[in-house]
Amino acid sequence: MVHLEHVDKIFRQQGKQIHAVKDVTLSIQEGEIFGIIGFSGAGKSTLVRCINLLERPTSGKVIIDGIELTALKEKELRKVRKKIGMIFQQFHLFASRTVFQNVAYPLYHSGMKKEEIEKRVTDLLELVNLSQKAQAYPSQLSGGQKQRVAIARALANDPNILLCDEATSALDPQNTAAILQLLQELNRKLGLTIIIITHEMQVIKEICHKVAVMENGSIVEEGDVFSVFSNPSQPITREFIDTTSNLSKIYRLLDEKSEIAALSGNECLVRLKYIRHSSTEPLVSTVSRKYNVDVNIIFGNLEVIDSSPLGGLIAIFRGKQEDVQATLAYFKEKNVEVEVIADGGIFTRADTKRVG
Amino acid sequence: MEAFLQGLIPNVLDRQDVLFKSIFETLLMVGWSGIISFFLGAILGILLVVTAAGGILQNTVCFHILDKVINFFRSIPFIILLAGLMDLTRLLMGTGIGVRGAIVPLVFGTVPFYARQIENALSELDYGQIEAAKSMGSGPVGIIFRVYLRESIAPIVRSTAITTISLIGLTAMAGVVGAGGMGDFAIRYGYNRGNRDITYISVIILVVMVAIVQMAGDVIIKKTKH
Repeated sequence: MVHLEHVDKIFRQQGKQIHAVKDVTLSIQEGEIFGIIGFSGAGKSTLVRCINLLERPTSGKVIIDGIELTALKEKELRKVRKKIGMIFQQFHLFASRTVFQNVAYPLYHSGMKKEEIEKRVTDLLELVNLSQKAQAYPSQLSGGQKQRVAIARALANDPNILLCDEATSALDPQNTAAILQLLQELNRKLGLTIIIITHEMQVIKEICHKVAVMENGSIVEEGDVFSVFSNPSQPITREFIDTTSNLSKIYRLLDEKSEIAALSGNECLVRLKYIRHSSTEPLVSTVSRKYNVDVNIIFGNLEVIDSSPLGGLIAIFRGKQEDVQATLAYFKEKNVEVEVIADGGIFTRADTKRVG
Repeated sequence: MEAFLQGLIPNVLDRQDVLFKSIFETLLMVGWSGIISFFLGAILGILLVVTAAGGILQNTVCFHILDKVINFFRSIPFIILLAGLMDLTRLLMGTGIGVRGAIVPLVFGTVPFYARQIENALSELDYGQIEAAKSMGSGPVGIIFRVYLRESIAPIVRSTAITTISLIGLTAMAGVVGAGGMGDFAIRYGYNRGNRDITYISVIILVVMVAIVQMAGDVIIKKTKH
């Protein structure tokens, strides 16, 4: 439903050229929640502005529902924009208008009757759960409430698509969760296609179906959230995954020779990685019973995405060499990747050596 | 009371008729040139903002011409403007003297100043709100009236008060073309004839006028701010 074809955006500033978006080709299907993640300066905000042509691409095509936006005249474009809602990190509400008037803004001068506007706004405020704040001014609202007003306003013209430019980045964790939940609800209830720009992996994990990773103006990796998560092919994707997982902390602990990661002769430190189709059986208790190996979980980071566990555990295995080896083989068989990070002396005689 | 005033401001009482005529002339000049300047200045100020680089109707040529013309007129002292615009004034108003003769130069003296004030007032608005309006399908006209002007009421009122006050100041010089007004009254009847009381009363009346404008502005700003 949203197709970007070879979209390029170059800014010229005082003789300098900034290539903000480089040859981006992207397809977003109807009803999808599509996340675009990247560090600041990656060009993702410019990219999302190219979708409703707040920024006109230097070259390339933007096609929405079969209409080529990049070929439209300004006046026709305005009509199309009414069907593409947009919300922003800083909300951008009109400070001199009440909540009601803010939501009604896109409806005034649209040929709609006063009573119809009133009804529509009332419904929208109910949808975002802010009916009691209709007569308040934006300055009297919290960040989360402001974003709710912005969402209601963006939905006033009954759009098919909602663009979210860092919509939760200025909110605290509770409000972020509430706004994400609201977006998910809107996606399910109204079949709204949502495109989310963010630098927070949390947002992608929470509600997105698909994700594209952006770096230096280009999309470097794209796919459904689970496969990108479980099998990142780009270093930047791994970086993002690491921001939400604490597993890499183990290397720091080892470097610091932390007590918690100290190994004795019959122990080794392993990282278990749950990937797609990993078993949901009680693996840890099975191996301790079956192979007589003690498993001491130091810490872990397991999530459920698309109803499969994803993430990993850092654990110390204690036992005889053949038992530990059998355990490792068993995990592999159950589609859990194992990596021996440090060995106390089960496999080698050397002290605390990093393997793999 | 009468005797007391007679002792304090004898010459003012003597020239009461001229005093009231002068107040009226000042109000007339401020009113007419103020209304005309308000519209012209607002239009130019809006044009400056929307045609500037990154504006909603970016037009470098238009912006630079406006910018230079405004700077040109702002740099001419008003007293010279009064004399220099004589021919244009005659053409437009049919006369170069009196209150009618003063209005054209007053407008030329005020509009560039007010246009700059409006430009500043509108530039204060966060560009994100413009972007939000654009994303909702608003066109340039909608954005100008429903966002720029509507959302900048407080700074616009503040600029208008400042401009009106400076306009009151300019009218004091309009006596040069025989337009009368408070300034002329103070110089002619007060300073030139050594009547201190007339000078002081003129000053007090001007201060009151300025205070009323300032207060009115503050009240409106307070009411429109949320």
